Amino acid sequence: MPPARKRRIRLVVALSAAVLLAGALVYTSLLSSNEAVTPSDLVSARTGTSYQLTGKVVDGSVRSTSNGVDFRVRDREGTTAVPVSYSGAVPDPFREGREVIITVRKQGAMFVGERDSLVTKCPSKFTEDATQRS
Amino acid sequence: MATVGRALLILALVVALYGVAASIYGAVRGRDEWIASGRRSVYAIAALVTGAFAILEIAFLRSDFSFATVASHSSSTTPTFYKGAAAWSSQEGSLLLWLWLLSLWSTLVLFATRRQLRRVAPYATAVLLGFAAFFAALLVFKETPFQLLAVVPAQGNGLNPLLRHPSMMIHPPMLYSGYTLFAIPFAFAIGALITRQVGAADWIRATRRFALGAWLFLGIGILLGARWSYAELGWGGYWAWDPVENASLLPWLTGTAFIHSIMIQEKRGMLKTWNVSLVLATGILSILGTFLVRSGILDSIHAFGASTLGVPFVIFIGVLIASSIGLVVLRRNELRSENRLDSLLSREAIFLLNNLVLVAMAFVVFWGTFWPLIAEALTGTRRSLGPPWFDQYTVPLAIVLVLLSGIGPVIAWRKATASNARRNFLAPAVAALGFGVVLAIFGAASRPLALAMFVCGAFVVASVGQEFWRGVGVRRAMTGENPLAALRSLVARNRRRYGGYLVHVGMALLFIGVAASTAFNDSRDVRLAPGQSVRSGDYAFTYVKATSRIATRAGELEKISFGAVVDVRREGEHVTTMRPERGFYPSRDIEGLGPIGRFFEGEATSEIGLDAGVFGDIWTAMTPDIRRLAPTIEEGDRVFAAAAGKLSPELEGQALGAALNGIVEKYLADRPEATFRVISSPLVTWIWVGSIVVFLGGMIALWPGPDAARRRVTARYAARVAEDLGRA
Repeated sequence: MPPARKRRIRLVVALSAAVLLAGALVYTSLLSSNEAVTPSDLVSARTGTSYQLTGKVVDGSVRSTSNGVDFRVRDREGTTAVPVSYSGAVPDPFREGREVIITVRKQGAMFVGERDSLVTKCPSKFTEDATQRS
Repeated sequence: MATVGRALLILALVVALYGVAASIYGAVRGRDEWIASGRRSVYAIAALVTGAFAILEIAFLRSDFSFATVASHSSSTTPTFYKGAAAWSSQEGSLLLWLWLLSLWSTLVLFATRRQLRRVAPYATAVLLGFAAFFAALLVFKETPFQLLAVVPAQGNGLNPLLRHPSMMIHPPMLYSGYTLFAIPFAFAIGALITRQVGAADWIRATRRFALGAWLFLGIGILLGARWSYAELGWGGYWAWDPVENASLLPWLTGTAFIHSIMIQEKRGMLKTWNVSLVLATGILSILGTFLVRSGILDSIHAFGASTLGVPFVIFIGVLIASSIGLVVLRRNELRSENRLDSLLSREAIFLLNNLVLVAMAFVVFWGTFWPLIAEALTGTRRSLGPPWFDQYTVPLAIVLVLLSGIGPVIAWRKATASNARRNFLAPAVAALGFGVVLAIFGAASRPLALAMFVCGAFVVASVGQEFWRGVGVRRAMTGENPLAALRSLVARNRRRYGGYLVHVGMALLFIGVAASTAFNDSRDVRLAPGQSVRSGDYAFTYVKATSRIATRAGELEKISFGAVVDVRREGEHVTTMRPERGFYPSRDIEGLGPIGRFFEGEATSEIGLDAGVFGDIWTAMTPDIRRLAPTIEEGDRVFAAAAGKLSPELEGQALGAALNGIVEKYLADRPEATFRVISSPLVTWIWVGSIVVFLGGMIALWPGPDAARRRVTARYAARVAEDLGRA
């Protein structure tokens, strides 16, 4: 086989493989990803669907339960809040008023957090602090 | 001092801008004095930024709370080691660290190449100074570390307790060293493209050690972050596919591909477009990694959103991408390969395959990290991907990568014959498959992907071991040295090769550790009362009793800790006793909080219980149930509020001490329940041991060998001859 033809075939095979892989990547991404939502988006949440919820832990809402914590999450800018139940140990930075990201699924009136999905944003790094500056 | 610091940064910005202009003018006009002036600008910036960094460090060490950043990130009770490191826990301090490291590494490379690369170096100098100007501008106009407070507080906020871990303190300098060192091959590649020297070997040789150093430092930085996560964050994992973790992994993956494929360009003159694209992508991904941590464009464990740096970074990255693509397209003729692949069974082909796997991994990680933005653009809805999605692609790719890292070092260049393949691969393959069969018999077959990783890892260790064995044998036959001396001289004569082999062994150990600790990990979350037990793996964990203590530092109450004594047994035999606890640090924001209540409104950190072993780790963390203390705390705060102004500060301090002692005693007396996470996880230690082996191998590869010293002398001699000829 002439070398030029050989190269062309290799190129077609490589490009086809790349297109197939890219297609698989898009397909699995759409299939596996959770919609990123705020508490006010969850008003129309469907039972059994997973969502990645982002918001702030409402002050005074954290209650220890027999195997974890219940708390409410509100919009970053706003008051709409939803109840969340989480089983297991909470991350160290978890506190009222802190911003959290958690994967939840609606069960009745409650949103149940997936194990190990609760992330509390680290408050230390790279934020504008509230200290008064000259 | 703050004024001096700010002046030094302004001066650094001015010098950087001057240096860019001088270098380009000198290069275009062929004026050596302007080129030298541009190079000296880099040295001057290193001196200026060192001065600025020293001022900031002194302010932290002296607890000078007139500096806003010191008041926000340190306190007089912060331990000295952490005071020094707290400088880079802030946005502005970390940017200054970035600029400082960039200026030092740039100085080193430009000093080392001052008599070489006369055409490429001036443009590389301009690029490096462009980077320096960008970061200096951010520090002057956007995020200055030398902002002063109108009212100086008596005490600072202190360093976040979560960051008080040795690995977290070394992690940023390592990471930033990696990022800034990758700027060097990037800059020289740009210079080589501009001057049409991209096919020449000299710029690659001059920057090879910097690329390798970047790869090593970035890798160690990533692993230190993983170690911190495992030992400090109280969740028992070391990698979560968080955008910030992924941001540091991306340049490391493309950098790994580059340091392998560049060997093919050196040996065979092939893959020039690929290599230059890789090195440019790695440089840009390093800036992207720096940007991602500060931008707020993706949700992550790190707090984002308030930063004002997004727009400048996006413009900067846009310019870098556009100019890189433009240069590669313009120089496509110079980037043509001199040779073609002779056979798919050759070292070139294996390196190419290794590159494709690494780039595929980088693409998957990039795609998954930026999927929320891609999905929003495609569907109008922001969506996110979790660890299982990343695992389904990266795990098979990692297995192939480990297998290739066993094949690559021993397969022949150009074309492997059947007999040399048999000679090189038969024994390692038999050893690895035998190892796999034994593991399968003992139950590893239940996790086929993990088993595949164990077999591939064993293959790497066996094939590299065989190379060392043969090399030592040849040395002994030639010189009659004893085995140890033969090994030492073998490595000393070819540090890059044998250092690289050790890196492969380290990576194999690391991946075996990751596979085992992921596939065979048993993690339980459970609420226990004293006397109750839970099983994890082969171990029974019994919550024996509660503990509590008050810690003081520099005469001040530092934290209150509530913990547990946990007895661990295996088949009834005592294994170890663990004492996990959770420390509560007082809130500095005292408005509306009582003197006792503020201890429970501040930061809380887990001190884990860890029994690490060669075969497995036993890990525990606990969250105490302090609800029963709430009425006592409220009552205590009411008493202090009623006594406000009636007690001297000394008496008030004594009363507070007594009240807190009462709280910790009450906690013990209540026999409280607590929520525990207990984990038994095999081979986690192999990850850290593998990292150390990688580090050692990397250092051996980086260390200048006798040939490098010889080249330096030859280069000096050639430069002197050239100077003499110029004078004549």
